[in-house]
Amino acid sequence: MTTMLRGLLGACALTALAAPAMAETLTIATVNNGDMIRMQKMTKPFTDANPDIQLEWVTLEENVLRQRVTTDIATKGGQYDIVTVGNYEVPIWAKQGWLTPLENMGADYDADDILPPIRDGLSMDGKLYAAPFYGESAMIMYRKDLMEKAGLTMPERPTWDFVYDAARKMTDKDREVYGICLRGKAGWGENMAFLTSMAASYGAPWFDMDWKPQFGSEQWKKALTDYVTIMTEAGPPGASSNGFNENLALFQTGKCGMWIDATVAASFVSNPKESTVADKVGYALAPMGEKPQMWLWAWTLAVPSSTDSPEAAKKFVAWATSKAYTEEVAKAEGWANVPPGTRTSLYENPEYQKAAPFAKPTLDSIMSADLKNPTTVPVPYIGTQWVGIPEFQALGTAVGQQFSAALAGQSSVDQALKMAQQISEREMAKAGYPK
Amino acid sequence: MARKVSDTRRWTFTILAWGVALAIFFPILWTILTSFKSEADAIASPPKFLFFNWTLENYAEVQSRSPYFRHFLNSVIISVGSTLLGLLFAIPAAWSMAFQPAKRTKDLLMWMLSTKMMPAAGVLIPMYLLFRSSGLLDTRIGITVVLMLINLPIITWMLYTYFREIPGEILEAARMDGASLGKEILYVLTPMAVPGIASTLLLNVILAWNEAFWTLNLTTSKAAPLTTFIASYSSPEGLFYAKLSAASTMAIAPILILGWFSQKQLVRGLTFGAVK
Repeated sequence: MTTMLRGLLGACALTALAAPAMAETLTIATVNNGDMIRMQKMTKPFTDANPDIQLEWVTLEENVLRQRVTTDIATKGGQYDIVTVGNYEVPIWAKQGWLTPLENMGADYDADDILPPIRDGLSMDGKLYAAPFYGESAMIMYRKDLMEKAGLTMPERPTWDFVYDAARKMTDKDREVYGICLRGKAGWGENMAFLTSMAASYGAPWFDMDWKPQFGSEQWKKALTDYVTIMTEAGPPGASSNGFNENLALFQTGKCGMWIDATVAASFVSNPKESTVADKVGYALAPMGEKPQMWLWAWTLAVPSSTDSPEAAKKFVAWATSKAYTEEVAKAEGWANVPPGTRTSLYENPEYQKAAPFAKPTLDSIMSADLKNPTTVPVPYIGTQWVGIPEFQALGTAVGQQFSAALAGQSSVDQALKMAQQISEREMAKAGYPK
Repeated sequence: MARKVSDTRRWTFTILAWGVALAIFFPILWTILTSFKSEADAIASPPKFLFFNWTLENYAEVQSRSPYFRHFLNSVIISVGSTLLGLLFAIPAAWSMAFQPAKRTKDLLMWMLSTKMMPAAGVLIPMYLLFRSSGLLDTRIGITVVLMLINLPIITWMLYTYFREIPGEILEAARMDGASLGKEILYVLTPMAVPGIASTLLLNVILAWNEAFWTLNLTTSKAAPLTTFIASYSSPEGLFYAKLSAASTMAIAPILILGWFSQKQLVRGLTFGAVK
């Protein structure tokens, strides 16, 4: 008996001793894009400094990730310790109590260094709920050679009319060169990201202050008519199925004169390994209408409140979004490859300015984005190329399908707007707005 | 007297059959070809068919980024496990329905099949909650049981159809010789139904291997099969077709090879009882 008791006690003691040495595993859900993949390869300094923390990566396609993570967080499944979410989700999820506030991120974290438009979009009641990993806005990427051939000079921030004029002049359909490439594929994060921000620049919001859909307005009609007209006259064939990646492919193979899209595209189109026009790309700020076209997106790292390891998770988030991490990447892969758009200090760095010709327009675009005032009239929501309500994913995609059909010529602009209005009125009534 | 088929007719049908086969196989062929291209070649327009710089860099990249073998092992365990488990339940069920039918057997079969008609997304949240509270999230056993349940109606239906082709008199004869129920199923019925069971097994392994809704939603990393491995190579921003194709090729290769070697068995099983 005593022997058995001794044995048991010994086993207990061993377990107790072994416990602190047992590694904590952090499961990190992330999307598959260049900066995130790079981070997976660069974690050695972190794991060296924290030998008791192991990292397990789960990379998923954006929509799958969103669905998967939402299910897990909403049901408090606790499968993920860190999740990659967009700045669209952060305020909505924070309000639901799904995210842990990121306080005490360490003495050298310097949260004030984060670009104010990005930081404000991720904070609630003065607390940061997600740390930005990289941020982006929209800008015009254009072919300098084609612009010159058309006898035009791109201003720092052109008007929409200049863009349309240039698009027509740059188009040479016989040689498969199209003046302008814009998103046409239906989806709240595809064509509706572009059209929401474009319409806002024309002075057309999604909703008025009473949450009434505004697709019947003159501004919406003008914006959508201009979009369909210019895409029909100077856009590539089959544009209604083009999203970010399709336009990227077209631009890289020299088939687009101009492309208005996320600033992150600049690093792809200027990469000579992928792009046949790398040395001919110029950059300008997104067009000006009644207001400049605004766009603000950030992929952020957040810690779900269902995690078992909030402290270790916060430690990792702090490391991955720190200035030190930026320097590690710069040392290993050069300044052009550091995650852009999150910290003021990066844009003040002369080495970065030299390595990334698109640094200034990127910063200017981000700084000019105002999440709370995206258009000329007051709106009850936040968001520049999205509307910060949970219903927007489904609603945005449903409306996007109508606009995509208008671009494909399956319906007229008036019909598409009428349908958009009907769908929005129905969905908003169903969701109980005004709340 | 057998009908004489004219040469022209035979040739037309041969060419047509090859054409259809090629059309069906083309997406897979294109995926395999794309996996050997650079990202820039993968999006080239007009598309490059054979004349491009063949490269293995996508495979190297995929290999270095993902634990392929772990996903592969999970896929094997989940697909084979769920099918075998399914057979364990379906053989007795199909036996009773084929040889001892009751008044409502047909309705029962229809009802079983009707569970397949519900959209999976409709039960995602209840399933997720069940899995969470029983600690089955991201476990092989959990996902194996779910896939077994999903494929069980198909397994039972297929076996039922095959068993019906076997004359009941043979089983009766076995019974006359004093075989117990277990022995009757194990030594008389099963050997006669081997082609049927084999094709059911193969088809269900393939179905479970390709299942992407539940495997993506109920596994995270430890139990994640090849479907999650493929899903990790699609990108919202940036070119990914070549790497995605390499990942897809690696994921479908094992099942493609299995299908290739067992195609005779599969076709025989699927057409079993078609002519009577």
